[in-house]
Amino acid sequence: MTTSEYLLVAPVQPERRSNLYWLISDSWVMSKRSIMHIVRSADQVLSLILFPIMFMLLNRYVLGGAIDTGEVSYANYLLAGILVQTLAFGANYTTINLAVDMKEGIVDRFRSLPMSDGALVIGHIAADMVRNVISGIIIVLIGFAVGFRPNASAIEWLYVIGLSMLFTLAISWLSAILGLVVKSLEAAQWAGFVLIFPLTFISSAFVPTETMPRVLRAFAENQPMTHTINALRSWLVDTPMGDAAWLSAAWSIALIVISIPITSYLFRRYSTTSQ
Amino acid sequence: MDGNPSNVAENAIVVRNLQKSFKDVEVLHGIDLTVRRGSILALLGPNGAGKTTTIRILSTLLPPDGGEAYVNGYDVVKQDCDVRASIGLTGQFAAVDGYLTGEENLMMLARLYRLSHADAKRRTRELLEQVDLVDAARRPVKTYSGGMKRRLDLAMSLIAAPPIIFLDEPTTGLDPRSRLSMWAMIKNLANNGATILLTTQYMDEADHLADWIVVIDEGRVIAEGDANTLKSRVGSEHVDLIISRNSNFMLAQQAVDGYQLQASAEERILTIAANDGAVTLKRILQHLEDAEVEVESLTMRRPTLDDVFLFLTGDGANGAHREKEEIER
Ligand SMILES: Nc1ncnc2c1ncn2[C@@H]1O[C@H](COP(=O)(O)OP(=O)(O)O)[C@@H](O)[C@H]1O
Ligand SMILES: [Mg+2]
Repeated sequence: MTTSEYLLVAPVQPERRSNLYWLISDSWVMSKRSIMHIVRSADQVLSLILFPIMFMLLNRYVLGGAIDTGEVSYANYLLAGILVQTLAFGANYTTINLAVDMKEGIVDRFRSLPMSDGALVIGHIAADMVRNVISGIIIVLIGFAVGFRPNASAIEWLYVIGLSMLFTLAISWLSAILGLVVKSLEAAQWAGFVLIFPLTFISSAFVPTETMPRVLRAFAENQPMTHTINALRSWLVDTPMGDAAWLSAAWSIALIVISIPITSYLFRRYSTTSQ
Repeated sequence: MDGNPSNVAENAIVVRNLQKSFKDVEVLHGIDLTVRRGSILALLGPNGAGKTTTIRILSTLLPPDGGEAYVNGYDVVKQDCDVRASIGLTGQFAAVDGYLTGEENLMMLARLYRLSHADAKRRTRELLEQVDLVDAARRPVKTYSGGMKRRLDLAMSLIAAPPIIFLDEPTTGLDPRSRLSMWAMIKNLANNGATILLTTQYMDEADHLADWIVVIDEGRVIAEGDANTLKSRVGSEHVDLIISRNSNFMLAQQAVDGYQLQASAEERILTIAANDGAVTLKRILQHLEDAEVEVESLTMRRPTLDDVFLFLTGDGANGAHREKEEIER
């Protein structure tokens, strides 16, 4: 140790820029951090690859034979459902990773810095986007392998990508709220599942909603996941669109607009209970 | 509210009547503190005394319920952004990112402190050298030892060379060697003009590092002063009497009631303040002889901060009471 050297050298001058500049810069720094976590954690890489493959194969071959999807083949029907389910489950990482940060001392460090309030959450959400793009590509590829034959035009593919990203963003912001309110890591893990499982199963993901009992059907046909799945399915394999695309976009935007102020409020107010 | 601005601007930290409760439990009952610029103040107290809570309020992580606090002249509630730009915080537990390397951790912090890219690189390089982590710089922090994490943690809070540094129990859990090197770094920071507020449970740490010591217990300041002043409060000389196994320890304790500072029945030690040296000593030995208690051995020594601390907190009210009685004699 070179204790004779100065730990404090000539004071450093912080750069002076606008708040918006700093929000973007801080968010970029935190996004790089969260994305680095994906690369460095074997656990995340594995689930990123295995979950989509597993969901796809199980549904296609275990349930596929028993479900009547009319004129559309089950592989064609299933793809949009599995895609949206995977995107939604992927967002659980925002809950978990945020909860980990909150439980460990590092959140106190971030909160004691002159950094923008939203940057930590935005970083985790950016990592979600990266994870979900990768999962999405894997799903489509595995889909092709099990008989998925889309007839979407290039424009329709762009719509599919755009709406999927918007949906991911909405679910990630919602997951961020969960990450900030749960009291433990275990709670973070199951909170996501408790939220996502019913939403995916009571939706048009795996079976046509017409086959469900009345109450479930009413719920299924009016929840954002069904709208998103129906819109993607319509673009990919030409099932009827109705208002699905608009409804999905409206839901996602509404969720984002509501979640942003709630997360920034929770982030500032939060105090770790660990001593 | 802004009643005494000169005092607030002159000192690095000014705290007046700071209060905080969690739910119904009152944790800080009106803490007062003043930290001169360029000095080291040690907040000394046992577990649960309210040290961390105080640090968290001063570093804007927790809002206070009452009182005022100024850091670098800024109000911690109303000017929290300015406060955050003036401080470096090393919390009680290492706040480092295990997946990133040491270098990446420092670069991340530098950018979040808003240093230019060039400054960030320069400071990262300098600090890695100064905390002796150059060789480990490219390894994920997960693989670091506790002492290495602590050093990185300190470096992270110094990256922007903040004028005021908070260190919450900086050496708790460190091995003796890491502890000494941490002490050297802290001294070095203060020699270079930083103001340091550190908390500790160790008397020798406060004794070694601090210009001013504030002893807190159950959310109250129970004593303050420099190490010598605090030591003189419990008398200039201490006598440790070891009571023979053949005698009743309780009986011995009763015989010197009114003098006694501390008693340890297991070790059979009675510690007594003997301010007027031989006279008191003679009287005590007389009392013990009258009670037919056999003294095995006897040592005279200067009081340590441990004595001060036990005297003030361990048996707080009783101790003060005894001290008074002693003066009346
Ligand atoms: N977030 C919290 N919620 C409830 N009680 C708390 C919280 N933080 C601290 N306390 C309580 O406040 C008291 C002081 O804690 P703390 O400031 O951490 O003490 P120290 O750092 O001196 O050990 C303790 O009794 C602790 O249990
Ligand atoms: Mg503490």
